[in-house]
Amino acid sequence: MIGYFQEIFTGLWSLFVGMSISFKEFFSPVVTVEYPYETVTMAPRFRGHIDLVPDENGATKCVLCMACERACPSGCITIEGEKKEGEKKKTLTLYQLDFTRCSLCGCCVEACNFEAIDFSKEYNLASTRKEDFYFDLLKRLQEKRQ
Amino acid sequence: MSEPIHLLPDETFVLNVGPQHPATHGVLRIKMRMHGEYVAEAETVLGYIHRMHEKMGELKTYPQFLMNLSRMDYLGALAYCHGHVLVVEKASGIQVPERAEYIRVITVELNRIASHLFGVGSFVMDLGGFSPLMYMLQDREYILDMLEAVTGARLTYCYYRFGGLYNDIDDTFIARARAFIPRCRESLKKYHRLITENIIFRKRLEGNVYLSSEMCRKYGATGGVARASGINFDVRKNEPYSVYPEFNFEVPVFTEGDSMARYKVKMAEIEQSLRIIEQGLDKLPDGPIMPEKAPKIIKPPAGDYYQAVETSKGSFGIRLVSDGSKNPYRLKLRSPSYSNVSLFDEACVGSMIMDAMAFFGSLDLVVPEIDR
Ligand code: SF4
Ligand code: SF4
Repeated sequence: MIGYFQEIFTGLWSLFVGMSISFKEFFSPVVTVEYPYETVTMAPRFRGHIDLVPDENGATKCVLCMACERACPSGCITIEGEKKEGEKKKTLTLYQLDFTRCSLCGCCVEACNFEAIDFSKEYNLASTRKEDFYFDLLKRLQEKRQ
Repeated sequence: MSEPIHLLPDETFVLNVGPQHPATHGVLRIKMRMHGEYVAEAETVLGYIHRMHEKMGELKTYPQFLMNLSRMDYLGALAYCHGHVLVVEKASGIQVPERAEYIRVITVELNRIASHLFGVGSFVMDLGGFSPLMYMLQDREYILDMLEAVTGARLTYCYYRFGGLYNDIDDTFIARARAFIPRCRESLKKYHRLITENIIFRKRLEGNVYLSSEMCRKYGATGGVARASGINFDVRKNEPYSVYPEFNFEVPVFTEGDSMARYKVKMAEIEQSLRIIEQGLDKLPDGPIMPEKAPKIIKPPAGDYYQAVETSKGSFGIRLVSDGSKNPYRLKLRSPSYSNVSLFDEACVGSMIMDAMAFFGSLDLVVPEIDR
């Protein structure tokens, strides 16, 4: 008989402890943000998809050494260049990133000895079309310049 | 009106749990033959998200495989990355600077706490208590923010390199980690009041699906599952690696072998991880994070190498067979959850379906790691 009442008492006590913690948390500061209206700032080292880094003139620093293309584990980088007349080096005509396969590992950024690519801070990337994730990075760079 | 179904006394039916079921925490299927509410036979069906990581390991060069490891156990990924870099460093004889090893241990332990918090939280949620998960996610979020600031990713890290680290930790990280320790200790007190002492939770879990130490040995169970059945085995102590011998910590072992013990092991391990982080931050040496002559191309000499590490799920082993080329000849990944899930079929026979599912939650499984 005593055990019966003891059990009721411990049950009620558990309930009371749980409720008191919930009650305390109810008045603790809010830790979430209302996402589309508020956003958190990304950490400086956040690894988004890669982007070409402009030099002082806003042009690309890429010298077409192809190190990034070779380093990429998933084969997402396609680089094309052509040799313009009168110039010694090739110029970049296409830098395409297939973001559907990118694992954001950063091998390409580490492989580049010319600091021509870096991570962007973009994370609002959602689409129902696969084609939206084939990024033309050179075009992005030119758009940024304008 | 249709007639109610009458089962014969020894008639059984088949119940299919999963592959898409919230209680299986991923894409895993359990085929159960039920005798009323009692499990007469269970069969876990694996392989729904097999991604051939071992084959990828053979096809990719060593640095290209770095990021695959964090796709196995996405909750406690850093420990798996640690095992990978350790085995390649062992094979190619790369010396790791002490500071890098310390930072590795600190980040691995932080990640272990995050994994345990989520494991316990989702386990309690499986039993019907939702708010503990929210409190635990709040603490876990603190760790993830911290790790994101140094590694650049929240779950799928690619932070360790052969020989050291991708980048160094800064003072902000150290300050945040220091602030986290008392905060987490405070939260642990709250969790013990809220969960461990809760009468419903205790009545539900005490005596829930007993696992003997023989059964754990038979199936090769490791980690918290084995330590809850009285097996005192922790790779960090038994086969010390990295700088773990320099730390002072205990291995929590319980002998009850029930789901409550499996829960308690995890809670006790969080405390021990906090101790390791505290000591690591105190002892953190200055110096480089990469060796001076880190080889650009990794080509380990031909041979057979093995390294085990203690992850949040158990002992993770990685065997590397090298033929001296740029790619491994064979890369075997021994994942702890695979062994831990194997004993489910035998252990849950005879228990009620709700108990079997509670037991399943207590194993703390991560399905991508089973189907690596
Ligand atoms: S981040 Fe990794 S996967 Fe993505 S493009 Fe660079 S190398 Fe390839
Ligand atoms: S490694 Fe750098 S410089 Fe070389 S092709 Fe890639 S982006 Fe250009």
